[in-house]
Amino acid sequence: MIRRLFVANRGEIALRVIRTARAMGMTTILGVSEADRHSLPARSADDVVVIGPAPSAQSYLNIPAVVAAAQSARADAIHPGYGFLSENAAFARAVAEVGMIFVGPELSSLTAMGDKLMARRVGIEAGLPVVPGGEAADKAAARAQAERTGYPLLLKAVSGGGGRGMKRVDAPDQLEAQIDMAMAEAQAAFGDPRVYVERFIARGRHVEVQVLGDGHDAIHLGTRDCSIQRRFQKLVEEAPAPNMPDDKRAAIEAAAVNLARHLGYRGAGTVEFLVDAETFDFYFLEMNARIQVEHPVTEAVTGIDLVEQQLLIAGGGRMALRQGDVAVQGHAIEVRINAEDWRADFRPSPGRVARAVWPAGPGIRIDTHIASGGEVPPYYDSLLGKLIVSAPTRAEAVALLAAALNRLTIEGVDTTRDLHRTIAADARFVAGGVDTRFFEGLAA
Amino acid sequence: MSKTDLPLTPEDVAEIAAILDGTAYDRIDVTTARFRLRVARDGQGFTQDWSFDEAAAPGAAMAAAPAVAPAIQADIGPCVRAPLPGTFYRAPAPGAPPFVEVGAVVTPDTVVGIIETMKLMNPVHAGIDGVISAILVDNATMIAKGAALMLLDGALPDGPAL
Repeated sequence: MIRRLFVANRGEIALRVIRTARAMGMTTILGVSEADRHSLPARSADDVVVIGPAPSAQSYLNIPAVVAAAQSARADAIHPGYGFLSENAAFARAVAEVGMIFVGPELSSLTAMGDKLMARRVGIEAGLPVVPGGEAADKAAARAQAERTGYPLLLKAVSGGGGRGMKRVDAPDQLEAQIDMAMAEAQAAFGDPRVYVERFIARGRHVEVQVLGDGHDAIHLGTRDCSIQRRFQKLVEEAPAPNMPDDKRAAIEAAAVNLARHLGYRGAGTVEFLVDAETFDFYFLEMNARIQVEHPVTEAVTGIDLVEQQLLIAGGGRMALRQGDVAVQGHAIEVRINAEDWRADFRPSPGRVARAVWPAGPGIRIDTHIASGGEVPPYYDSLLGKLIVSAPTRAEAVALLAAALNRLTIEGVDTTRDLHRTIAADARFVAGGVDTRFFEGLAA
Repeated sequence: MSKTDLPLTPEDVAEIAAILDGTAYDRIDVTTARFRLRVARDGQGFTQDWSFDEAAAPGAAMAAAPAVAPAIQADIGPCVRAPLPGTFYRAPAPGAPPFVEVGAVVTPDTVVGIIETMKLMNPVHAGIDGVISAILVDNATMIAKGAALMLLDGALPDGPAL
């Protein structure tokens, strides 16, 4: 049972956690940097402790300072939100060492999902499909690996990066010439001829599954599609993943639950997959062992408060929810309103928000810490708020999104609003099921 | 400092919008000692506009924009100004040599520093042809948008050298 919850984060997620914790009867204490002393989350918490100067390294990322602040506030648990220290095993250990509850998974899960190669290994152990491929030291090994991997495939320099030494091979008869070239380039560029052979997925979608576990059992709360990204930053997220055959959806959800069970996972987590947009074959990428920015779309279609579930599980309870209690109804879409000039290569735009008019009304949820007169400090990320719409069908949700964006006005800083208006009007998005190359083809 | 009154929840706002929907009015203003909320009709839907009593948050603006140096000077001649606010760095990495020193010949595309804003590193370009005659800002200093960072050519004003 958690009575005093320390929130080790800032911005909209801090406010989001405070709201649910207070509704559950907990006393909330927010750790803030000097720059955030008067933020909306700071006004909303029961108590505020300053953990350090504005730069994150000296405040939100400073493990001893955060733990000391939580101790001084006599907290019995710490919610890390997302980003910052949320998946930091050293932080989770430090919290446990002083006898407080870390609202997140066991240390073993954090470690297992800590890096991509380790996650790939654990995923294979749990029986999840991963992008077929493997390393090849010489030409014969590359041929053998290509045979196992299948076509089309990519040859990548093991020591490489940034696309150098990367070759696409569509059929076996092209392999010989391409291996020679790839190995020569790898040797020339990186002094290491080894190549990695990987299945090439021409049209990939980013689909993830929300899971909840209590260390004994695990359930899923359906899919989310986050294919609209720019430089691996998600811009638009929706639940459920649109235009996906039912059997493939069921299979991907089952795979995610298998991984959570394999880990003995405790808390809320997200299992990320690369899904082939044509065949719907899916491959495990990684697991995020925390609450996600895009969690509200899942809440909107399931009616389940994910932060409440996190806090109940962290408090030591068995999960009351059963898989049969979870029903996905309707469709939800979230767009991230960032303080960025998206026409100038997404240049950050911090400053004072002179006026913030957010949409309101049925089917609309706004998660934000920015009101009129609010400050967007230059020290942290650029998320101003999230607009979440939900409706019985995807078509209605897209229409509601477009209408809601027209009523959104932020003055004083540049925002990504107009980018989202362009996306909401894009025929590919309206049809649904776009792949991760969507952004390249966007008519600005 | 303990607070017991949380600003209205999203559910409260939804209820206010529903109340408004049943009336002939176009907006409802709720003003308390701590906040003001305007829920207004806009086309087929509604908007919400929150603001919080600035008096209840003395120094809020100060805390968000500390120690900004130097001031935005108007007429100091040709100079490189900060394209955006943030932390100014003279070198690409800690311990690395600075991008430029006094005496460096620059063209418009020469990178003379970087500004870290919102976790992103943004290059600062010289913007014009010239020779760096003075560097006005120390490494790792918080600067405002438009702050003069470096002088070019004979742009150094009369008086004591910097």
